[in-house]
Amino acid sequence: MKELIRPLVEATGPSGYETQVRELVQNSITGLADEVKVDALGNLIARKGKLKEGGKRVMLSAHMDEIGLIATFVDDNGFIRFTANGGVFPVYLLGSRVRFLNGVEGVIGAENNNLRDQAPAMDKCFIDVGAKDRQGCPVSVGDMAVFVRPYLDLGDRLVSKALDDRVGVAILVEALKQLQDTPNELYFVFSTQEEVGTRGAITAAYAVDPELGIALDVTKTGDTPKCDKMEVTLGKGPTVKVRDSGMLSDPRVVRWMRKTAEKAGIPYQLEVLEAGSTDARSIQVTRAGVPVGVISIPCRYVHSPSEMVDYQDVVNSVKLLVALLSERIVLEQQ
Amino acid sequence: MTDIKQFLNELLSLPGLSAYEGPAREHIASTWKPLVDEMQVSPIGSLHALKKGFGSEPRPRILLAAHMDAIGMMVTGVTDGFLSFTEIGGIDPRLLPGLRVTVHAKRNLPGIIVMPRDALLPERKSETPVEMKYLFIDLGLSAAETAELVQIGDLVSFAQEPVELPNGIITGHSLDNRASVAAVTACLEEMHNVQHAWDVWAVATAQEEETLGGGFTAPFAIRPDLAVAIDVTFAKGPGASDWRTFPLGKGVSLGIGSNVHPGFFKAVKEVADKLDIPVHNELMPRGSGTDALAMQIVADGITTLVIGIPLRYMHTPVEMVAMKDIQRAGHLLASFIATLPVDFMQNLKWDD
Amino acid sequence: MTAKTLSPVIEKEQIALLEQLSNACGILSDVGEVRKIVLEKIQPYCDSVRADALGNILAIRKAQQPGALRVMLAAHMDEVGFMVVESEEGGLFKLVTVGGIDVRYLPGKPVLVGKDHVPGVIGAKPIHLMKRDEMQTAMDLDGLRLDVGPDGGDKVKPGDHVYFATRFQQVGSSMVGKALDDRIGVVTLATLLQYAPANIELLAAFTTQEEIGLRGARVAAYGFDPDLAIVLDSTPAHDYPSYDGSENRYFNTRLDAGPAIYVADTGTISDPRLLQHLFRVAAENGIPYQIRQPGPGGTDAGSIHKQRSGIPSVSISVPGRYAHSPVMVSRLSDWRNSLTLAHTALTTLPQDILQRA
Repeated sequence: MKELIRPLVEATGPSGYETQVRELVQNSITGLADEVKVDALGNLIARKGKLKEGGKRVMLSAHMDEIGLIATFVDDNGFIRFTANGGVFPVYLLGSRVRFLNGVEGVIGAENNNLRDQAPAMDKCFIDVGAKDRQGCPVSVGDMAVFVRPYLDLGDRLVSKALDDRVGVAILVEALKQLQDTPNELYFVFSTQEEVGTRGAITAAYAVDPELGIALDVTKTGDTPKCDKMEVTLGKGPTVKVRDSGMLSDPRVVRWMRKTAEKAGIPYQLEVLEAGSTDARSIQVTRAGVPVGVISIPCRYVHSPSEMVDYQDVVNSVKLLVALLSERIVLEQQ
Repeated sequence: MTDIKQFLNELLSLPGLSAYEGPAREHIASTWKPLVDEMQVSPIGSLHALKKGFGSEPRPRILLAAHMDAIGMMVTGVTDGFLSFTEIGGIDPRLLPGLRVTVHAKRNLPGIIVMPRDALLPERKSETPVEMKYLFIDLGLSAAETAELVQIGDLVSFAQEPVELPNGIITGHSLDNRASVAAVTACLEEMHNVQHAWDVWAVATAQEEETLGGGFTAPFAIRPDLAVAIDVTFAKGPGASDWRTFPLGKGVSLGIGSNVHPGFFKAVKEVADKLDIPVHNELMPRGSGTDALAMQIVADGITTLVIGIPLRYMHTPVEMVAMKDIQRAGHLLASFIATLPVDFMQNLKWDD
Repeated sequence: MTAKTLSPVIEKEQIALLEQLSNACGILSDVGEVRKIVLEKIQPYCDSVRADALGNILAIRKAQQPGALRVMLAAHMDEVGFMVVESEEGGLFKLVTVGGIDVRYLPGKPVLVGKDHVPGVIGAKPIHLMKRDEMQTAMDLDGLRLDVGPDGGDKVKPGDHVYFATRFQQVGSSMVGKALDDRIGVVTLATLLQYAPANIELLAAFTTQEEIGLRGARVAAYGFDPDLAIVLDSTPAHDYPSYDGSENRYFNTRLDAGPAIYVADTGTISDPRLLQHLFRVAAENGIPYQIRQPGPGGTDAGSIHKQRSGIPSVSISVPGRYAHSPVMVSRLSDWRNSLTLAHTALTTLPQDILQRA
């Protein structure tokens, strides 16, 4: 799967402008889906299977967008001021390199440049693309950029920007590849604008009108030095999410996911995330309501330019998803 | 004949945290069954019950929403026999130290909430409230036993049995919003053999405390013409005495503000005045904190109203409410529905 | 042969309508006075008009050709203000704000209360009676009171809405008044209805409850289910000098620089296809425009674009100084150019605009 993941994380796809990623996905799923659509907000919706006896209409969701920056001002000397597009932490700004949608690259500097041990606030930072003045600057107000960092394959572990949630996108593509027969009608939604409020999932879920929704996204871990307590560890398997700050998974879906994983011998962890949410929270309150769950890929340094996942966790996520979707889905009585 | 007080007491002893409302829902369903024509459970766990009106279809529909989910906590980790936890719904961590709880693990386990001494916490001024992430639950069991019985995601509820105080005052946890569920039950009970033109949908909504999930999804399925959220409101008491508060036991509140259609308010107020049911105007300058906030903006918009039952010590294990106010809310709803004319919506206007 | 569409203008008639609407009072869904003026104005130009459960006015003007795109236009009728929450002795009342108002704007301002526009003031403690350091601390809304005079109290009750009492004025090339956010948009929308292009079905939403969460627009969009939406709002211009003479990079928009087009704000990332169309229309017709600085704030587009299966949306705003204060200042020229941009964008809207490249 690494050959699938690499181009995905290297693509430039800030919230609202996911075209590059969408085209990559479209190419990688050619011939795999029965029907492919792009909706009003740019969601890519690929249907596989037609509802059969005992089957369910299921929506899977992984988001194509990544966090980034938007230019707010270009000064007389060609320095670019910016604000965040999605959850950008100021600590990761200074010294970072960025790439705009038009290909222009630059570096982030800050005012008071002799302060050596403080992270500057976002409004004290600027992007330097090497322009000499405003007229010569190839960037204008409203242009969007993402962080740039080379992809790193450490064997067991992968490091890159935008593993959130290109790794989820890769898992959906791979699951689509591996799924043979299914009694279910599956909608693989490669969603947009998750990082600015799970917006794409709202409209995709309305259109798909599923009976069950599963999001694939990254989650934090509690396994780095002196970090916030969390019972998720890299390498111990994908998680079955019980709760995050935006929603509670349907308990029947949690039990079904756990049973399936245990039966198939797939390692998994239980997850409660206290800050952060996924597309599932939007799917859950669509129309008359949808039972939802989430499979999370444990990820260190989320929303930094160097996120890290465990490759086996990714492979096991695919295994779990395929196991869940291949059979009849029976949720217990409420 | 449903004894509302008994129904409420039984309900208060059943767990039913947001998204895990099962036990509460089952009790409500069995009580409502003889009082309604149809019942279903929604995809996210709300209970929808229909009591049909008379006359030919299509009949106009009124939805009565009372959320049945309660606040509580959830286990986030098990370390050396001590449980870390997070909240479900909004909890003031300052009322947790020393509280008795029930952990719904492989079996129900009694526990207490432990506040570590300051020396074992990050540097702070003495007696600063301890954040929830540093509190523990102690089950009094060995680490091995605890690890065997408890896992991440297990629910924790307040272990406080309801207590009755003189003159029909009930205190306990989850009166927010089981008191309103009791009011809706009282309404159904009163309408049991009464003919009414409108279809009445009684909905015990799920997940109000977390996402207003039931408030968004029930009206989408039902598409009512009118929707009422019955929820608790603030009763006057220690630290609660301003314009947002109402005397305990002296009547229910009717919402005024953007979340309430003025014509709907007027019609219900008229019924209250005619029947001498004491009601207070509850100002909601920026919308209500109830299911009505969601219901009003579902699909192409719904005409909404909020009825409030005054309650002291909201979101604590010792909430306090007056049975009289619960009865009043139920009676007001039943009376309004009984006299609701079939063409009410056609005559409902915004401006004179 | 298509019918020639007359071009809409901002002249005496439109300015008089704005004056009427700016002086009118309405908060959230309690906008009866505004609704009345709007209904009277637009009735002759609509094929249908109704008010919905949130008090929105929804008007439809059909296209003059088959298969036309269905375009929703939105402008909000509600302004920011206050609600009376508690009465005290002698004509004094406690207030809370409705919509985002910086409390530093309040002391010493004249206001109007309720449907009858009962006059009052938000008084301030005399400077003579203050301790030296008191003037440095923020005034708290709790410490301010609505005062309608010792004998005026029986005309006011808790639940009444309170408005700034500013009267509209035209001052040179500027318009000065309260609630220009978004009564300017309301007049623009009414004018577009009047001069509705033949090639589109115009779905006009005069919305409510924008100031507390874009609520009216949400249900209006669901009901209309349009192909795309354009929101007409007002946006702050902070284009005055910085205290230290440094370059002002927080101006948001500037007066005289034309209508502000939104690429992104907190609630919406505008649809790129609509953006490209607007930029092209502006360039080809010599209409000045500016890009609103991406950042805090939002318009009805925030709720519209997420309705149903998604509605491509964009916002065009008239810049105004001192938004959400007793007095806003906007330029006639910016307003004219906004109207021209919106109208031309509609008349030249390609049938296949939503096709993806």
